[in-house]
Amino acid sequence: MAVSAEKEFAMDNDVISASEDEEGSDDERKHNKLLQAISSLGGKRRKNQTERSEASLQVSEFFVSAEGAGDKVGLSDLLGTVEKTTGATKTKKQLRNLQNRNETLELPLNKEQTEKIQRSVAYEKSTKEVTNWQSVVIQNQKAEQLVFPLNQEPSGPKRVEQVVAGWKAETPLEQEIFRLLHMNKQPLHDPVLTPVEEASLMAMSLEEATIRRAELQKARALQSYYEAKAKREKKIKSKKYHRIQKKAKRKEFVKQFEERMKTDPTGALEELKKMEMSRMEERMSLKHQNSGKWAKSKAIMAKYDDSARKAMQEQLQINKDLTQKIATLSDDEHETPEESEMVPDFVNDVEPITDPVNPWMRSRIPQEEPEISCVTPDKPQTSEEEEERNEEEELLADFQRRRTLRRTEDDDLIPTAAEEQIVNTCEVSREEVVGDGTVEISDSEEEEEEDVSQFNTLFKLMSSEKTHEGPAPTQDQQEDEEQLDEGQLRVRSMEDLEVLEEVSDPRPGTPAAPSMPQPTASDPLAKRSKREIDLSEVLTKEAKTIKVALTPTVVEDEEREEQISIIKEAFAGDDVISDFLIDKRKQEEAGRPKVVDLTLPGWGEWGGVGVKPSQHKRKRFRKKMAPPPSRQDQKLPDVIISEKRNSSIATHQVSHLPFPFQNATQFESCIRTPVGQTWNTQTAVKKMTMPKVVTTAGAIIEPLVKEDYIKDKSTKPMGKGPAILLNDKRGAKDGKPSDKHKGRDSHKRRRNKP
Amino acid sequence: MAALVEGAAKSAHVERKNQKKPVKRYWEKTEELKNSDQPTSDRSISTENTADRCTSTENTADGSTSTENTGSVKRRKGGQIPSGKKDPFPGEAPIPQEQLQKYQRGSKNNVPKGAQRRLKEAIAWSETVSELAQKQAARYDLLLPEDAGFLEGDEDEDTCRISQEDIADAVDITSGSKYFNLHLSQFGPYRLDYSRTGRHLLLSGKRGHVACIEWQSKNLTCEMNVMETVNDIKWLHTEAMFAVAQKKWLYIYDSEGIELHCVKKFNDVLKMQFLPYHFLLATASATGFLQYLDVSVGKEIAAICTKSGRLDVMSQNPYNAVIHLGHSNGTVSLWSPNQKEPLVKMLCHRGAIRSLTVDKTGTYMVTSGLDRKLKVYDVRAFKPLHSYFLPAGASCLSLSQKGLLSAATGDIVQVYQNVWGGSPVSKPYMAHRVRGQVWGLAYCPFEDVLGVGHGEGFTSMIVPGAGEPNFDALDTNPYRSAKQRQEWEVKALLEKVQPELIGLDPGQLGKVDQASFEQRHKERVDILGYDPLAKEKFKPKAKKKGRSSAGAIEKRKRKVAYEDQRDVIRQNVEEQMKRQKEKSSESQQLGKKSTLDRFRKQDK
Repeated sequence: MAVSAEKEFAMDNDVISASEDEEGSDDERKHNKLLQAISSLGGKRRKNQTERSEASLQVSEFFVSAEGAGDKVGLSDLLGTVEKTTGATKTKKQLRNLQNRNETLELPLNKEQTEKIQRSVAYEKSTKEVTNWQSVVIQNQKAEQLVFPLNQEPSGPKRVEQVVAGWKAETPLEQEIFRLLHMNKQPLHDPVLTPVEEASLMAMSLEEATIRRAELQKARALQSYYEAKAKREKKIKSKKYHRIQKKAKRKEFVKQFEERMKTDPTGALEELKKMEMSRMEERMSLKHQNSGKWAKSKAIMAKYDDSARKAMQEQLQINKDLTQKIATLSDDEHETPEESEMVPDFVNDVEPITDPVNPWMRSRIPQEEPEISCVTPDKPQTSEEEEERNEEEELLADFQRRRTLRRTEDDDLIPTAAEEQIVNTCEVSREEVVGDGTVEISDSEEEEEEDVSQFNTLFKLMSSEKTHEGPAPTQDQQEDEEQLDEGQLRVRSMEDLEVLEEVSDPRPGTPAAPSMPQPTASDPLAKRSKREIDLSEVLTKEAKTIKVALTPTVVEDEEREEQISIIKEAFAGDDVISDFLIDKRKQEEAGRPKVVDLTLPGWGEWGGVGVKPSQHKRKRFRKKMAPPPSRQDQKLPDVIISEKRNSSIATHQVSHLPFPFQNATQFESCIRTPVGQTWNTQTAVKKMTMPKVVTTAGAIIEPLVKEDYIKDKSTKPMGKGPAILLNDKRGAKDGKPSDKHKGRDSHKRRRNKP
Repeated sequence: MAALVEGAAKSAHVERKNQKKPVKRYWEKTEELKNSDQPTSDRSISTENTADRCTSTENTADGSTSTENTGSVKRRKGGQIPSGKKDPFPGEAPIPQEQLQKYQRGSKNNVPKGAQRRLKEAIAWSETVSELAQKQAARYDLLLPEDAGFLEGDEDEDTCRISQEDIADAVDITSGSKYFNLHLSQFGPYRLDYSRTGRHLLLSGKRGHVACIEWQSKNLTCEMNVMETVNDIKWLHTEAMFAVAQKKWLYIYDSEGIELHCVKKFNDVLKMQFLPYHFLLATASATGFLQYLDVSVGKEIAAICTKSGRLDVMSQNPYNAVIHLGHSNGTVSLWSPNQKEPLVKMLCHRGAIRSLTVDKTGTYMVTSGLDRKLKVYDVRAFKPLHSYFLPAGASCLSLSQKGLLSAATGDIVQVYQNVWGGSPVSKPYMAHRVRGQVWGLAYCPFEDVLGVGHGEGFTSMIVPGAGEPNFDALDTNPYRSAKQRQEWEVKALLEKVQPELIGLDPGQLGKVDQASFEQRHKERVDILGYDPLAKEKFKPKAKKKGRSSAGAIEKRKRKVAYEDQRDVIRQNVEEQMKRQKEKSSESQQLGKKSTLDRFRKQDK
């Protein structure tokens, strides 16, 4: 009240003062007039008529010109008198400032530029406005399906929950009830417990609390003990101690791993993966390769220092352990022949199948690979133990071997029985020995180097012998011999074939001796046969005889004919294979690009009959084409796969990658699922062929309403609010959104009217 | 009050425990029941398995709920509120992993890091859709309730010793009537073919007898003698038409026995195969030609000279519609109508190939040769899996829909189970002696029946577990009516696969053609016969007044010769010049710098 009164008072004052001022000025004027009138009454002086005249030096006869027309009118000229007058100091000051300022005002921008600026400002403004729609647009783009008109109420019966959710406390009585409930914090639905009760339930009893406290105490104490212990152990500098510790840890780990294999194979598999990972890392890094600075220094020292040598050995051992391949049980059958240059008979055999259900899951570990079988992850513990045991033995054996080797060297490097015996003893731990060998090389004792290499070759020889002996002739073969020599494994090498070709008459009559090609043979023929297919690889398959319950009784004339043809075919068998191989070779030759000879005889040198272009020139102008990608049937000796491209399907294929895809695999995997009804269920087809936009016929599609989609920061999100407002304490206050809703509705209605 | 609270607390505890306890699923119960039915020796293992599976399915279910978008979760919560009840089986019903695996198509594609929005969306959409398709298909497995039959002997009894009569006696009357013999001794050894639905049977005697039988009702639809040698007989796409390879030409008859066509382009046909989805009739002739006849338009699609003599061993791979031919030099060659040379040629036997067959999935091929061996090949990898030695050799081979192999040795038909399984087979599953030398063997689709054509007629024998128990009614419906057959024919014609799409990989169409431009251009030139992109040769205008003399023309030609090459050279020279300039300017700039410049403050 007081404030308003004051205001009124002030207003009144203002009004009064204004009117007073006006009245005052009026009064003065009147007063002056009055004075003038009085003075004029007294004298005869006539009232001076005020007239305007402009005095000038140049008087033109045509027009009136002002004095000093050429000069500029200064501010001082106009306001010269102001200086003299007292008062109005403020205006004076301003005027002075104006006078002192020398700058001229800038010209206003021309129309184009102002328009440009206006445009840019407008653009910014409108972009801001439009970017508000960005999220809505993206959402609509991302939507699986847009149904127009938007915001349609789904027709059909509603679910009970939806109906109930739409209910609001409307009548005053209901509102009263709910307010009461809210005030008392009573649960509205699921009336089980009030919050107070729940809180009391959550609280612990004294006993529980004490127990919990004790537990915590104990845990803390244990932790501190553990920490202290760890600290103590960390400070121990003894290497031996740490080594023992490490070993123990490893053992423990292995044990755990085994246990895990039994209990939870997936976990074990993960562990295995981890091991594989560590192996990979090791293989990638140069760690433990004895190539670092330290290792080099040690290598120098190793000659004199036993411990240094040992340290290096250890490093190498670690490397070996870590890079040891965990034997994977999936060796491709056809890859084995590449490994061993001489192919044993079982190469083309039927694979023994371990998994009876899936022939793809079968695998086999090649027999003559002791290194892998000895370090399989299946028995890492045993290998560890072995290693432990062997460490000392190995050292001893090492010394002994060296001694003997030295002795044999004296005997002109003739391997003695004793050496071989040692080799035999070392066979179990071959790789360790080999590892030692590599270390010894760094010893830079030439003799020892020689020894090691000799030893290695010996070992290789032995193993190769073993492989030769491996596939012994089976009883099936004998059976085959009974059966008209059909199944006889004809071992024939490419050399024989080539010889046959040279004769240009691959007669089956020329008996090919079942000879083993010598691995040390150095003639070009053997070299070529290395990369070519070995005849013995093809069709060497032991057939399993099937006992038939009933024996065929009918023997007709055809049967006899067949018998004859069988005999014929059996003897022609070799011919079939060599023919096939020749065919294959021809195909390969045809696929290989030819060397293009671009030499022009007579250019830059003499030409004519009998004059050949020089070697240099021919070499220079010979164009070698890039070798083609390896053939699909490279590893399949008894198969020829055509490398010709199927161009007929190319017309139906996609040749250019469509827009969003970055590579072909992405696109291919995106179209891998067929869309048609033949391959899918009805629902899946409907979903897959769903149109992006659906419109109802005859319905008006209105533009989007801004209020529906773009929320101002001031207003709360409307659609996201809880459906039931019963729980809401602000229920009564919350009038705004509903108001807004109404407003929007009315707005819509207005828009719909015209 | 305190007591009350305690009680409430207790109940709350109990409730919580109850919540933690996993919900008992209905399938768990059934599994247990099943286990109880099983013999005790197996029980321990199988229960473990089931437990594992259950946990795994639960896990997957949980995983799916967690990955589901929040909307559905909200919905579920919303569902809980009003009624207060909880869904005992939240989420969608889980699907066993095996079924899902069965319908998996390709591997999942992961969204690459830093991909554009559109790419992300495209990949995500395709993934959701294919997952949905897979799931739905797996769910609909419920609609395939039938199991394949089997034959089990008593202890110490070989199943191959059980005679057909015994089986026919043991089974129900309808099934028992499926074992029958037709004594047709007059017209020589018989070949046969069942229609795709398995209702109709075609018989053709070597000496011209052709019969068309609805074999289950023994209703003879047509019978005739073509008065000529008949080499082979095949149903076309429906049972309204069939093709007969006669002595000279190929004939097509309708089911009434009326001659519709005599295709004189196809002569001396020995063997035929019909590719149902391509409407192609492939024929192999004595002259060494492999020909394809499009039955829907009556056009010869391809005629390939195989250059390998008489072709009397033929089979088709139902997986990719590739034709397999067996040759006398022990090789099997694979052909498509699009290539004049074999797609693959593999050496299978030391002697000639007598018969070969490919299984339904296109994975395995079984061949038999004159060397009396029976070999099982993996046709995808072209590797041998097993080799068996049959004392008498197999003259005819046939594979059933479920993978039972039947081999005819002389007058004995042997059926083998699991020929490509883990361990090699040592004895047949069934054996049956017929009256004469076996000439034709075929399994009846969707029936446990093997048809044997031999010198003395035809024998239909029961082979339990041979046929596919669940048929696809939209594809081949054994019980379809005439109207349905007509409808199907129209649909099948609309969905006809073009012969260009035949190749080793039937999924080739879904792959991007990654041939280079040059390669494609070359092919185009080959097809068109000229280069459409080639530049026209410059032809100087004829001018008068002696300016069209040979020398002048040559001069004018010289002016425009090598224009494009010149352009290239010009461009190259310009570029070189530019580079040189840049280099020199750089060097100049470098030259200006003194050694002390390095101490100067770097201005940015």
